[in-house]
Amino acid sequence: MNFSVTDIGAVLPEIIVAAYACAILLIEPFIPKDRRNILAFFGLAALGLAFYATVNLMWTDLSVMNGMFILDPFGNFFKLILYVAAAMTILLSIGYLKREGIDLGEYYAFILFAACGMMVMVSASDLITVFLGLELASIPFYILAGFKRFEAKSLEASAKYFILGSFSSGILLFGISLLYGLSGTTNLEALAQHLRGEEIGNPAWILAMILLIVGFGFKVAVVPFHMWAPDVYEGAPTPVTAFLSVGSKAASFAVFLRVFVEALGGIQSDWRLLLILLAVVTIVLGNVVALVQTNIKRMLAYSSIAHAGYAVIGLIVGDRLGIVSLMVYMGVYAFMTLGAFGVVMLLRRGGVEGDEIADFAGLARKNRLAAFAMLIFMFSLTGIPPTAGFIAKFYIFMAAVNAGLTWLVVLAVIFTAVSAYFYLKVVMVMYMKEPDENVQMVAPSAAVMVLAVAAAAVLLIGIYPGPFLDLAQNAVLQFR
Amino acid sequence: MVPLSYYVILSLIVFMIGVIGVLIRRNIIVILLSIELMLNAANINFVAFSHYLQNVTGQVFVFFVLTVAAAEVVVGLAIIIALYRGKSTIHVEDVNRMKW
Repeated sequence: MNFSVTDIGAVLPEIIVAAYACAILLIEPFIPKDRRNILAFFGLAALGLAFYATVNLMWTDLSVMNGMFILDPFGNFFKLILYVAAAMTILLSIGYLKREGIDLGEYYAFILFAACGMMVMVSASDLITVFLGLELASIPFYILAGFKRFEAKSLEASAKYFILGSFSSGILLFGISLLYGLSGTTNLEALAQHLRGEEIGNPAWILAMILLIVGFGFKVAVVPFHMWAPDVYEGAPTPVTAFLSVGSKAASFAVFLRVFVEALGGIQSDWRLLLILLAVVTIVLGNVVALVQTNIKRMLAYSSIAHAGYAVIGLIVGDRLGIVSLMVYMGVYAFMTLGAFGVVMLLRRGGVEGDEIADFAGLARKNRLAAFAMLIFMFSLTGIPPTAGFIAKFYIFMAAVNAGLTWLVVLAVIFTAVSAYFYLKVVMVMYMKEPDENVQMVAPSAAVMVLAVAAAAVLLIGIYPGPFLDLAQNAVLQFR
Repeated sequence: MVPLSYYVILSLIVFMIGVIGVLIRRNIIVILLSIELMLNAANINFVAFSHYLQNVTGQVFVFFVLTVAAAEVVVGLAIIIALYRGKSTIHVEDVNRMKW
C-alpha cells in the first residue's frame, strides 16, 4: 500500500463536497430557524468550489489510491452534470421547503452527501468504490424521499425505495462477490485484462453478469426493475424527485458503462442480447403506461423509465459514438427533466402541491412564461427540434444505426411518436383549457432563475449543439 | 480443509433464503433481516474466495460491506419507526396508497 499527496489533489472535489456536508450538519443548530436559507447558499458554495476544482482537473487522466479511483475526462464530464443538477435542486428547494414546512438544515447536507456518492460512482475504477459510491448516493436518498415525514405518501415512498434499493444493492453485491471469485480481482482494468486473455467457459460468469445487470437495472430503473420508480417519484418531495431522476440516473449510467463496456467488454456478446431485450421492454412499457397517468410526477416517472430505455441503446452500441451519445443524452436529460419538475413545484392547490395534470389547466393565461418554459421542456422530452431532446435522441439513434441495430431504432422512433401524446397533452391542457381558480402559482426568484437557465440550455443545445458535443467527444471514455 | 465449493454452496443457499424472504414475507423488519442475509451471503463469498486465492482484497471488501450494512440498517429502522408512527403498521400490504 502506497499513498502520495497527489492522490488528495485528485479527489479534492469529493473532499470539498463531503466536508461542506459535514460542516452543514455541525453549524445547523446554531442558525436560527427562520434563516436556514443560509445553509442552501453554503451548499451552493461547496458545489461552486467543486465545480472550479473539476474544471481545473478536467483533462487530467490519473489513476490514484492503488487503482481504486480514477480521475478522467469521462468522469469529470458526469461530475459537471451532477454539480449543475445538485445546484439547481438546491435553488429549487429554497422556496419549496418553506412552503411545505420542512425547512431543516440536514436537507442540504443530504443533497451534498448524495452528490458526493454519485461523484465517487462516476470516478470509480474498482468494484469496491463502485459499491461504496452507490451506497453513499442511495442512503441519503432513502432519507430525502421521506423528508415530508408527516405525509403518508412521502413515508411510503421512502419505505419502498429503501426496501427495493437495498434489495438491489444486495443482488449487485452478490454479483460482485462472484466476479471477485472468478477473476481474483475487483479492479475494473484488471478484470478487463483477465477477460481479454482467455475463453469464458465457466457459467458462473453469466450468473455474475446477470446479477450485475439486475443491480444496475434497479438503479437506472429499466423494466422489469422499475417498480419503485413511479411510487418514489410521486411520494418524494418534488426537488428530491428531480435530483433522483437526474443525478442518480446519470451517475448510474456512467458506472454501468464503466463496468460493462470497459471491464466486461470481453463478454459483450453475452450481455448484449440481454440489454437489447431490456431496452425494448423498457421503451414499450415506459411509454405506454405513461399514457394513462393523471399525476404529472408519475407521468414523468414513466417518462424517465422510457428515457432510460433510450439511453440503454447507447450502452448496447458501446463503441465511441455510442458512449458519446449516452453522455450527451444524460446531459440533455438533466436540463429538461429538472426544468419540468421545476414547473411542477410552482403549482399549489389549496395549501398542497398541485401535481395532477389537471392542475395545469389554463396555466398559459395565469403565467405565460412558466407555461412557455413547460412547453419547451415537454417538446424537448418528446424530441421535437429545435430543442436539445432532438439532438440527444438523434445521436443515440445514429449510433444504433451505425452499429446495425436499425430495427431497434425503428421501434424506438415509433414509441417516441406514442410519447408525444402524453407530453403534448400537458401542453394542450396548459393552453386550451379554462384556468382553475383553486390552483395558485408561486414564483420565488431562485426557482424562476433555474427555469430560465434550464429552458435557455435546452434551446441553446438544440439550436447550436457544437460546443456541447465537442465537450462530450473530447471527454469520451478511454479504453486502456 | 473444507473445499471452496462448500462455501459457495452455503453462500448461494443463504442468498436464496434472503431473496425469497424479501419476496414473500410481509413484515418490513423481516424483510430488512432478509436483506442482511443477502449482504452476508456475499460476505461469505468474499472471505472464502479471499482465502482460496490468497488475496486480501476480499477481506477488505467485507469490512466495507459491514460498515455500509450498519449504516443501511440505521436508516432503515428510522424509516420503519417513522412509518409506524404515521400508519401504526409495518406490514407491506398496508403500505399501498400509491398504485399504478
